[in-house]
Amino acid sequence: MLLKYITEAAGVAGDEYEVRDVIREELKDHDLDIKTDILGNLIVSSKEELEGPKIMIAAHMDEIGMMIMSIDNSGLLKFRPVGGIDPKVLVAKTVVVGKEKLPGVIGSKAIHLQRPEERQVPLPMEALYIDIGAKNKEEAEKYVKVGDFAVFDTKYEEFGDGYAKAKAFDDRIGCAVLLEVLKEKYYIPVYGVFTVSEEIGLRGAGVAAYTVAPDIGIALEGTLAHDVTDMDDHLVSSKLRHGPVLTYIDLSVISDKKLVALAAQTAEANDIPYQYRNVMAGGNDSGKINQSRGGVPTIEIAVPTRYVHSPVSVIHLDDFANTVKLVKALIHSIESGGYEIK
Amino acid sequence: MLGKDDLRILLETPGVSGYEDEIADKISEYFKPYSDDIKRDVLGNVIAKISGQEESSEPRPKIMLAAHMDEIGLMVTKVDEKGFLHVTQIGGIDQRTLPTQEVVVHGREKIKGVIGAKPPHLSSPDERKKSVPMSELLVDIGYDQAKAKELVSVGDLITIDRKMMELKGGRLAGKAMDNRAGVMVILEALKELKKLKFKADVFAVATVQEEVGLRGAVTSTYGLVPEIGIAIDVCHAIMPGVPDASPLGGGPAVGLGPNIHPKVHQLLKKTAGEERIPMSIEALPGGSGTDAWAMQISRGGVATGVISIPLRYMHTAVETLAYSDIEQSGKLLAHFIARVDSAFVEGLSCY
Repeated sequence: MLLKYITEAAGVAGDEYEVRDVIREELKDHDLDIKTDILGNLIVSSKEELEGPKIMIAAHMDEIGMMIMSIDNSGLLKFRPVGGIDPKVLVAKTVVVGKEKLPGVIGSKAIHLQRPEERQVPLPMEALYIDIGAKNKEEAEKYVKVGDFAVFDTKYEEFGDGYAKAKAFDDRIGCAVLLEVLKEKYYIPVYGVFTVSEEIGLRGAGVAAYTVAPDIGIALEGTLAHDVTDMDDHLVSSKLRHGPVLTYIDLSVISDKKLVALAAQTAEANDIPYQYRNVMAGGNDSGKINQSRGGVPTIEIAVPTRYVHSPVSVIHLDDFANTVKLVKALIHSIESGGYEIK
Repeated sequence: MLGKDDLRILLETPGVSGYEDEIADKISEYFKPYSDDIKRDVLGNVIAKISGQEESSEPRPKIMLAAHMDEIGLMVTKVDEKGFLHVTQIGGIDQRTLPTQEVVVHGREKIKGVIGAKPPHLSSPDERKKSVPMSELLVDIGYDQAKAKELVSVGDLITIDRKMMELKGGRLAGKAMDNRAGVMVILEALKELKKLKFKADVFAVATVQEEVGLRGAVTSTYGLVPEIGIAIDVCHAIMPGVPDASPLGGGPAVGLGPNIHPKVHQLLKKTAGEERIPMSIEALPGGSGTDAWAMQISRGGVATGVISIPLRYMHTAVETLAYSDIEQSGKLLAHFIARVDSAFVEGLSCY
């Protein structure tokens, strides 16, 4: 069950080992060239020498999480976020710490001991800590080191009418799309790049793009969707069950207009639903690919995802399937000369 | 053998205040091997009788043990046009502990749900400074309104979907430790009692509706007319920002104050000393916040005691305790019961 394995793997920025293992395992029966670079990006390509426009498709392996900064005298772990986390989503959650996946909880003071006005204000990050059950600092140090990572302890599960919840759909759903895409045969060079450290500043993608030197870049994401009650339609970013999301512009990149048009045409020709992202917020790997070397035309194609950067994100499985279809179809459109390289 | 896996079963069985049927059935199963008779009263309290073993011409003391079985939870107030559920709370819940919790909606069937949260990318600086009020929380169950309404109605209950987690040092975390841990103490005590001789008739009661105002304790105490009533509940454990509390892993916290009968307190303390059971004193300047508050003033008065299990993060989805405190509390309770005779009961009115 790919979605289960890939979302339950721990992989905070800089610690993507488990995710790489899941990817290698998933591709082991496919005759592909798989290598890693100095930063840990995993680069997958055909073993054949192929002609034509070179496409780099990126999905980031890393997720938001926490790093242990210190252990206090009572054995509690103080932490800092790795990537952008609103402290509101951390309260009363379970986590696992370090390679041994030590269980821990992020507690908060009982309601009985608070003044009513305290509840109006979110608990700040500095007030939170992880409790692993250790009686004191000495005992905690047997299990945890400063610098260990912690991730949410959330299981993949399908629910409702074709929905699924898990941690880290941003961007393991992009990784899953890329894995499905790489299982198909293409007649132009396609480089699948699973990048590192996107969440702390798009660190891996630029390095990988320099090495791959593509003609076209595609970034796959689990992108913002907040299509909930009482949100204005123009503020939701994207909607679940409305198909893959195409981005014209975000804070990191202005997509190549011809590529966006080709993706839309391809979707229509293949009866795949699609939508445009309608907020400016956020950025992703396509921004770095776009500015690599002398510049690369790029596009972002994403699976709409609710509650990103929290312990429990939600996607619709139809959007996942349609995104896989669209990316494959787009590669075939480029293969058959649909996009002219300058 | 009783143990943490039984606690796990008790925690993961739902029972929000006023809707305790499922947990009441489960607890009745657990009480059965230890008791002579089990009944349920009008409000739903589960009452198990364990008769004293020693024949005697004197009247047998009646001891009531009360551990509430209800838990805090949410109730559906609306199924909206997009199929999201709006909620209100049953019992005291800090709204800040709810965003991105996983839940079970007890509708026509048990339905998985997620309480959503706006991603930081879309939140304004003003929004980030305020906690999200209960009235703005939405439960996402992945259905459109038509299907959602087939499955869920206004008034349906919601509990947190959380498996018990084993931490280091024998510590356990989960939802509804308050007060399934108290029920577990009674079970540990009944197990221990099998090895002891005791004169009193014991009534083990899993009470209802404690979280909304100690209501089950009011009616069950009236019905049973005990001379001694011991409430078993959780208390706050020492943690950052909470220095004046009981230590986790330090054994039972034995209540002391106006809600507690001084001779019951003394006998609990003496028992702990004689049986080498570690304990701490929980100073209770006013109400104990437990069923003992209701028991104490039932009919002509009841001599009350409170045994508490220290607990961190009370009323959150990660309530944390040490299982050893449950075992030690059970042992203390059993040995206390074994020390109660008619002379002790007569002495309760002598001030």
